Amino acid sequence: MIEVKDVYYSYPSGIEALSGVTVTICDREFVAIMGENGAGKSTLVKHFNGILKPSKGQVTVDGVATTKESVAQLSRNVGLVFQNPDHQLFSETVEEEVAFGLRNFGYRDKEIDERTTRVLDLLDLAKYRKASPFILSGGERKRVALASVLAWDPKVVVLDEPTVGQDYRQKERLRQFVLKLNEEDRSVVMVTHDVEFVADCSPRVIVMSHGRIVGDGDADDILTDEALLTKASVLPPQVTQLLWQLSDLGLPRNVLDLNKAKKLLDNVMGVRTGG
Amino acid sequence: MKVFEGLKFRRRETAIHRLDPRTKFVVSIVIFTLALVFTELPFLFLLFMGQLPLIYSAKVHREWGRSVRGGLTLTIIIFATNLLVGYFSNGMVITEGLVLYSFSLAFRFIVLMSSFSIFFLTTSPDDLSLALQQSHIPYEFCFAFTTAIRFVPVLANEAQTIMDAQKSRGLELEKGNFLKRIRNFIPILIPLIVGAIRRSLELAEAMESRAFGAKKERTSLYLLRMRMSDWGALAASGLVLASALYIRYFVGLSRLPLT
Amino acid sequence: MVVLTGPSGCGKTTLCRCFNGLIPNFYGGELLGDLVVHDLSVKEHPTSELSQHVGFVFQNPENQLFALSVEKDIAFGLENLAIPRDEMRRRVDWAMDMVGIRSLKDQAPYELSGGQQQRVAIACVLAMQPDLMVLDEPTSFLDPVAAKNLFEVISKLNKELGLTTILVEHRLDLLSTYSTRIIVMDKGKIVSDGAPRDVLASNDVEALGIGLPKVTRLYRMFSEQGLTFDRPIISVDELVQEIRRRAAK
Repeated sequence: MIEVKDVYYSYPSGIEALSGVTVTICDREFVAIMGENGAGKSTLVKHFNGILKPSKGQVTVDGVATTKESVAQLSRNVGLVFQNPDHQLFSETVEEEVAFGLRNFGYRDKEIDERTTRVLDLLDLAKYRKASPFILSGGERKRVALASVLAWDPKVVVLDEPTVGQDYRQKERLRQFVLKLNEEDRSVVMVTHDVEFVADCSPRVIVMSHGRIVGDGDADDILTDEALLTKASVLPPQVTQLLWQLSDLGLPRNVLDLNKAKKLLDNVMGVRTGG
Repeated sequence: MKVFEGLKFRRRETAIHRLDPRTKFVVSIVIFTLALVFTELPFLFLLFMGQLPLIYSAKVHREWGRSVRGGLTLTIIIFATNLLVGYFSNGMVITEGLVLYSFSLAFRFIVLMSSFSIFFLTTSPDDLSLALQQSHIPYEFCFAFTTAIRFVPVLANEAQTIMDAQKSRGLELEKGNFLKRIRNFIPILIPLIVGAIRRSLELAEAMESRAFGAKKERTSLYLLRMRMSDWGALAASGLVLASALYIRYFVGLSRLPLT
Repeated sequence: MVVLTGPSGCGKTTLCRCFNGLIPNFYGGELLGDLVVHDLSVKEHPTSELSQHVGFVFQNPENQLFALSVEKDIAFGLENLAIPRDEMRRRVDWAMDMVGIRSLKDQAPYELSGGQQQRVAIACVLAMQPDLMVLDEPTSFLDPVAAKNLFEVISKLNKELGLTTILVEHRLDLLSTYSTRIIVMDKGKIVSDGAPRDVLASNDVEALGIGLPKVTRLYRMFSEQGLTFDRPIISVDELVQEIRRRAAK
């Protein structure tokens, strides 16, 4: 469980990135942290594994303050997958890249081998096991970075902007993967500004703006709250925009899902849905 | 690292900032030369005091102060080293003269350092590059120079991000013996170098796309022009240099209390 | 204004690098067939010449701004072309006004936000007064609001200056109303080319799995159930109109 208690954070340059943030993320939760660029989302998640320590306030992971352990120790439980995989990749083979974290955490060779096989299969990278990570495509490198973090099975997986640069098909695959991760008893925290992706995943949504949390709740409630979204400079999902404009026809204002919207519109459009 | 604070450009609206970079360079050279020519404390002190009004009018005194404080360690080392060397070569005896001499050498270091501090604190890298260009240094060098400066903060940030990313995979940068620590820097260096290479390719692409190399002679948006204040400053520096050299080499210094 | 899209690896980035001669001149490799831009064959003219007619804005805002002030960056291309100072001054000011960044003229690139940086990059290209502007996923690193603002700037330039624009993008939901033509590529070939309505509504394109706007998907779902529409739907407003029309009956 990650507890953030009234945290303030200012960068060395003096800019205050977090102004009094309090939030709790429980085990097995699925959370999306949204907001415009500069709202403080990445800054917040970097407190979860101790990369940043609060200027004021406290962050605890499973009861232990992040100031009491090193980043490496905290990362054992909170795995952070950075936005740009090229900031991590340095090994000669994909296999070694995945083994890097495992070696750091003290796993033995046999277990390293097993875990590597498992995670490469999971992410459809088995065929690249002996390949150099540098020759892979952008999307594949992102998967290698993800694999290297999943290898040591952290309880919490944090993804920083996982959808940037991905095309539709890749995002679909990612969405299913993320849902599966959550089903396997892990907490998944996504930092993203891709509202359509979040609408499709329907997690708990935390909205940040100017270093503060301005919204926290179910995706259905948060992503359909017009005032909140405008305040945080977040574009609403298309489906929601559509239904807002038709609310005078009796259509609800809090729908995100494409299929749900379709069912609601069937009546209006005069479509008979069989039987 | 504080030493480098004294070399980073600060944008202010002062007369010193408005001077042509070439003028400021000459003034710095003059101060530098004078500091080398004289080892006598009173002169060095005078030279030091002479810089202060320039620093204050350029409103960069705080940054300058920080860099002097940063260089204090090195200054003390210079003092101690000279003292020790003199002690051993002088028959294991510390004379007042030796102490004064070591002190003046250490002090001279501060004067040398701060002479260029003024230059860098008040000259933007852009102006610097322009000065180089107008001094007929080939454009490629000036461009490399500006680009390097432009990307220093970017690379510093990237290095930090890479360290954070690898620490998040269990890399302990602060533990282990000397050899292990050196090995631990490989996961930092490689992404940094690969990133730098990738970045330079992207830069080259962008440069080509903006017709770099289309014409042999380039024109320039800005033009550095020497003004009355520049000529005045140059004249004053010249005068100071000339008179100081005259005093040094043609007039006896025995009247003054020295070593 | 042409939008060039397709799944990752389809070749859209490669294609747009041909327009200003980066392929084949910068990248090497083999180019069969020919590409002629503004009567100049890409194979026979160097990029330095082609870039006077084709402006290119890259994906990463940071690596295409090299000077220490916005003004100097915008002037870079003009300096390379040895444009006289007065003319340069005029063009730099004009480009800044067109894109709305005059107030940023003395700032350094790292002091700007991603959206501002991309606008500067566009101004850099604009100042060279090209006939064609190519933008390679310029909003990749921007959040949706900044992306929308950037598309508005690009669209304005296209309409006001008649500047032919080729935009490589994934974010079709934000773009469908701005473009006059969409080209879809897959595995190195063009699979669809035409008006946005026709392309986005076609079956081949859906099969490719590119990110169709959700309203277009709704339109397709309704069409499959037998409803007829005058024309394919590509924006929220259009679908709203259609729905109201039917509800009134």
